[in-house]
Amino acid sequence: MKARVHIMLKTGVLDPQGEAVRHALGSLGFDGVDAVRQGKVIELDLAETDAEKARENVTAMCEKLLANTVIESYWVEIA
Amino acid sequence: MHAAVIVFPGSNCDRDLAVALERAGARVSMVWHKDTSLPEGVDLIGVPGGFSFGDYLRCGAIAANSPICRSVVAHADKGGYVLGVCNGFQILTETGLLPGVLLRNSALKYVCKPVELRVETAASAYTAGYSAGDVVTFPIAHHDGNYHTDPETLRALNAEDRVAFRYVDNPNGSVEDIAGIVSENRRVLGMMPHPERMAEPAHGGTDGAAMFAGLVDQMANA
Repeated sequence: MKARVHIMLKTGVLDPQGEAVRHALGSLGFDGVDAVRQGKVIELDLAETDAEKARENVTAMCEKLLANTVIESYWVEIA
Repeated sequence: MHAAVIVFPGSNCDRDLAVALERAGARVSMVWHKDTSLPEGVDLIGVPGGFSFGDYLRCGAIAANSPICRSVVAHADKGGYVLGVCNGFQILTETGLLPGVLLRNSALKYVCKPVELRVETAASAYTAGYSAGDVVTFPIAHHDGNYHTDPETLRALNAEDRVAFRYVDNPNGSVEDIAGIVSENRRVLGMMPHPERMAEPAHGGTDGAAMFAGLVDQMANA
């Protein structure tokens, strides 16, 4: 079973990379981009076959390693 | 005084830190990240600068979960001393021994240059060799040194006199110019600038030497 973890900086945490991308888009002529936030996606292949257990495990992985919850929020998709 | 310096794959200031401690009179053991225990009787653990595990995932995140870091946290929890410099500071925030996090520099550039710092408190074993208000020059060399924490923690750091150093001219966007902080019990210090790279005349300056001399002195008297 596969899991996909989406990690984003929390609202209020400055994202200088997103800001740089916004500037670059503007200089390429893409007007009207008010804000850009950059995050990451982590895909996991899991041996687990029970979706509920998989979600539980991946959530524990996020809390322990994959995300830094001081500044990042995450959500988990199980497929 | 017996110090242990942790070596991760990608550490590159481990030997500099060891030499600075040795020249100040400490006995130093190098400890590999896969080791699970520290040498007997270690007073201070040095977590060095570098790019542990290639800065993968987040700077310091993988190192913070390495086997030796459990012993580092246990050492700190028992009231032991831990000094984290640069990547070491990032690792200490990831372990939770120090609050906050080091974000990407606000100008998105890797910054490598000597910077002036103001010593904010002399009330720690690390800064006892200075006076509050002293201005020292240490090099910085980092891409992710932009210190960030929530307003409540920031208030606590200020109220408890836990900001050890501030930048005179903020190079990375750190909140309130913070360059280094100490833990609640003042025995864990994390800082982005490199005192070990300004510790003898051949480095171009000796402002960092007082930190290591002060540490050895404090622990010899403890």
